[in-house]
Order: sequence, then structure tokens, then C-alpha cells
Amino acid sequence: MSVLVYTESENGSFKKIAHEAVSYAKGIADAMGTTVTAVAVNAGDSSELGTYGASKVLEVSNDKLQNFNAEAYADVLAQAVKNEGAKVVVLTSSANSKFMAPLVAVNLEAGYVPNVTELPSSTEPFTVKHSVFTNKAFSNTEINTDTKVVGLAKNAYGIKENPTSASTEAFSPSLAEDDFSTEVVSVDKATDKVTIADAEIVVSAGRGMKGPENWGMIEELAETLGAATACSKPVSDMGWRPHGEHVGQTGKPVASNLYIAIGISGAIQHLAGINASKTKVVINNDPEAPFFKAADYGIVGDAFEVVPQLVEKLKAFKAANG
Amino acid sequence: MHSIFELYLVSLASLKFTQQNSSYMKILVCISHVPDTTSKINFTDGDTKFDTNGVQFVINPNDEFGLTRAMWFKEKQGAAVHVANVGGPETEPTLRKALAIGADEAIRVNTPATDGYSVAKQLAHVVKEGGYDLVIGGRESIDYNGGMVPGMVAKMIDANFVNTCISLEVEGESATAIREIDGGKETISTKLPLVVGGQKGLVEESDLRIPNMRGIMQARSKPLHVKEPVDATAETNTNTFEKPAPKGAVKLVDTVDELVDLLHNEAKVI
Repeated sequence: MSVLVYTESENGSFKKIAHEAVSYAKGIADAMGTTVTAVAVNAGDSSELGTYGASKVLEVSNDKLQNFNAEAYADVLAQAVKNEGAKVVVLTSSANSKFMAPLVAVNLEAGYVPNVTELPSSTEPFTVKHSVFTNKAFSNTEINTDTKVVGLAKNAYGIKENPTSASTEAFSPSLAEDDFSTEVVSVDKATDKVTIADAEIVVSAGRGMKGPENWGMIEELAETLGAATACSKPVSDMGWRPHGEHVGQTGKPVASNLYIAIGISGAIQHLAGINASKTKVVINNDPEAPFFKAADYGIVGDAFEVVPQLVEKLKAFKAANG
Repeated sequence: MHSIFELYLVSLASLKFTQQNSSYMKILVCISHVPDTTSKINFTDGDTKFDTNGVQFVINPNDEFGLTRAMWFKEKQGAAVHVANVGGPETEPTLRKALAIGADEAIRVNTPATDGYSVAKQLAHVVKEGGYDLVIGGRESIDYNGGMVPGMVAKMIDANFVNTCISLEVEGESATAIREIDGGKETISTKLPLVVGGQKGLVEESDLRIPNMRGIMQARSKPLHVKEPVDATAETNTNTFEKPAPKGAVKLVDTVDELVDLLHNEAKVI
């Protein structure tokens, strides 16, 4: 009756969210007096998962699963759950996790709660806290089914080391033709850029930048910090920046450690989308901008003066602090 | 002087007509009735219920992008567009708005929306009964952010599924979709019947339609079917809601030196 966790990898290495998911699964397993079994698909060496508390890793190696395919991956996971007799399945909030979670849940007749922010407050009945109303509130929800699926909110639990000796086992699920009736034709992904989903720091800018030609300093700031770039809804609507950068209620959610908002007034829809970020910094020339009420640190000033100064200061800081 | 050219035009027109018929899609757009994005979120009854007092309800934004894409299919390729919602009579104005935007018929499954699973089960039944080729839902509703209904419906009716869909083309039985992934996008080829979890990108913000007077008048006489629910037990239930702890005041600083110092020594994020 172990806790089963899906560990996402890319090009043969585990993503940080995989480490966080295993850490979280270990927390649940401890509360239930059981162990963690991780499932890794085409991930290569998976021994590192023991560091975060996995006792066993089911390694799936299959060329057909080279591209993510929700139906097939959900099938793999469901078979692993049945094999292990797992009662709890831990997924994350990645695009792929959210894609397959409902398929896994229906397959296992399991209740599913996404965006979970803490360990269960009780495992009998199984009760979890999760964010709702786009981070404007939380709900304490009970899952009534025998098997439970939870999706951990990004950066909500953190990575916790819990060294355990992990045994690995090859796992060969039986895949049906049906699993591949949707097919990935091509993937378009900038590999040299930090993504908003993976970023620990996000630098975001809004209409205060006055035009797309002024984004050089935003990109430079992001590069200095190793951050992802993002933007407000009006900026993406006007085509100044690509849609993929739009963060907020109808755009991408952000749950980074540090979120720097430049020239963004802070409409309620924007704030909802970035609220799960831990530390928020606002740079805006309007002291009345609503964003200041939601921020931890702020500078009232002209972005065109402050941002270049900040870049310079950070470069010096990085040089001094390695 | 009836030329061969004219005859050719006539035969082209009839050909087009038959083609339209063979690819005439039946589309169901699932509509969530949600608080407007600017709503203040409060709870009542010992924090067990969402406080609807003074709240304006709208079509879930992600669903509205899907509905608008469905209207595009109707106008460009020929399609019947139905909308469905699971909820009490209070959700009907939202369905009427969808009809005013241009949907042909609406269905309300007369039961409160308790959890994602039970809503999916009701909608799966509607899809099976109606024989829909394409089902469009939002990638998530902005109230409970479940993001599970489209995927569950797909699994329940054994249809293909594409989530976080930002572009959708259908030709005959084949569909090409673009899905937003973390840090990029991917193009997916699949077949009908298909369920998509849609979002902005399916159409642009500027493509969204505000119902005009004619649409609103027509919507009054369009069919809104009320169906009784099938058996479905919720798999999850909410015990209580809570609001985030109030935030401390912002620390305003005058120089970037102070800011970098605070981020390093106090917040410890750089």
C-alpha cells in the first residue's frame, strides 16, 4: 500500500519538481506508515531519488514513450499503482502532470485533488489543503475513494532530503494501440531559456515599459539572475511579447521564489496568478499602484533608471558572491 | 448564354455542400458558471460555502475562448454548437449569454456541481446522448481550478484528449492541435471524437464577442433543455475554506543597493 509518485524527467535527468514530489510523497508515506515507490520513464539512472525518500524506483524504458503522451503515461502509472497496491498517487502541477492526472484518476476510480499545498492534515479520512480561486483562497478537501490522486502545487512543499536506500526495478507496462491515438508531431521549445514553470526567479514587465523595443534591459536583468521572463496580460494582448510569457489568472501561474514586477500596476487578475510566489518585488513609478500592497519589497521609481542600476548592482553582487 | 463555366460553378457549389455535410461537426462546449475575475472571495456558513452575495457570474474565461473557437467552426466549416452546464437554475443566465454569443442550443443538467468527477460524469452522459464529435472545455475553471473535467470526460467516453490547447484545426475526422507545454508548445495530431481543455490562444482576446441586441433577443427563443442528472457520487468533498494569512506591509527602499541587500540577507532568495 505504498505511496506512488511520478517523477518527471527531461533528456535523461530528473526535474526539480520530481525531487519535490518525492520529498512530498515521503511525507505522506511517513504519516501513513508506508514507503515511497517512484515511477520514472526513460530517465536513465534513478538512484538519486533515494536522496529524497524513495525506497523503490520502477524504471520504465520504452522508445514509444520518448515523447510525452498523456494517455500512454496515464496507463503506465495506473498499471504501476495496481501492481504496487498503492493507495496514494502523487503528481505535480507541471503541464504534463495536469494533462494526465484526470485520466489516471478515472482509470483508477480515484478521487483527484490538484494544487495541494501541504501534507494531508489527516490521512484517515484523507484530507488535503489546496489552493482555489486562483490563490485567493484554500479549500480543505476530503478524498473519499479508496485510491487517492493528489497534484502538488509547485514550490509549495520544497525539496527535502531524506536519504533512503532505493532499489530499482525494471517495469514493463503493457501498452495498447489505443494509448497512441494522439501523436506528437513536433515540439517547439527554446532549450537555452529558463521556463516560467521551472524558474526559481521570474522577471516580469508590463505596460510601464512603453514598448517592445525596451525589453532589452528586462532580458538582461533576467539573464543576470538566471531568471525566466514574463509579462502582464495587456503586454501579451498587444503583441509586445509572446503569449507564452503572459502570467496571471488566464495566463500561466507563477510560484517562484522571487518574482520581480516592473511597470506592472497589479490588477487583481495578475496578482492572483503570481500570488503563490514567495517573495515579490515591485518597481513602479506610481506609488499608488495596487501591486505595492501585494509586494514584499518595492522601489518607487522610473524603471528606465532603476532597472539598469539593478542589473549593474547584481552583476557586481554575483561577481563578489560567486 | 449559360456557359460550361457556370455549370462548373454549380457543380462546385453542390460539391462544397456535400463536403460540408460529411464534415458537419456536432460540438459541445462545456460552460462553467464562475465569479467574475474581479470578485472579492469570501465564505459563509462557517467557511463552508462560497459567498455569492454581490458577486457577478460570468462564463469561465477559458471556456469562452473555446466557445468562440466553436463559433469559428460553425461559421467557416459548418457545425452545430451546443453548450452545457451542470448546475442549478441560477446558472441559466450564463447559458443564455452563451446562446446570445451564438450557440444553437443549451443544456443544463439540473444538479449542483459538487466535485469535478461528478460534473464530468454528468457531462459524459450528455456527450454520449448527443453524439458529439468535439467537446471543448476550459483548461480549468477560475473558481475551483480543478482542471480535471475535460480529461475525465474524455476518459469516460473513450475519446482523445488534448489539454492546454492553444490552437485547433479539424478536417474531416482528423484534428491538429497545439498544446502549451512548460517552456514551449507541441503540435499534436489526433482524431475525432476529441475532447480539448482550451485556453487563450484557441482564439485571441480581441476575437471574443460581446453579445449584441439581436443575439440577446434570439437567445431568448433558443432551446435551453433542462435534463435530470444521472447517478454520480462525488469522490471529494470540501470541508472548509480559508483565506490566505494577511500580508505584512511592503518595505519600500530608495536604492538598488538596499534592495539587493534585503533579497540576499533577509529574503534569502539571491
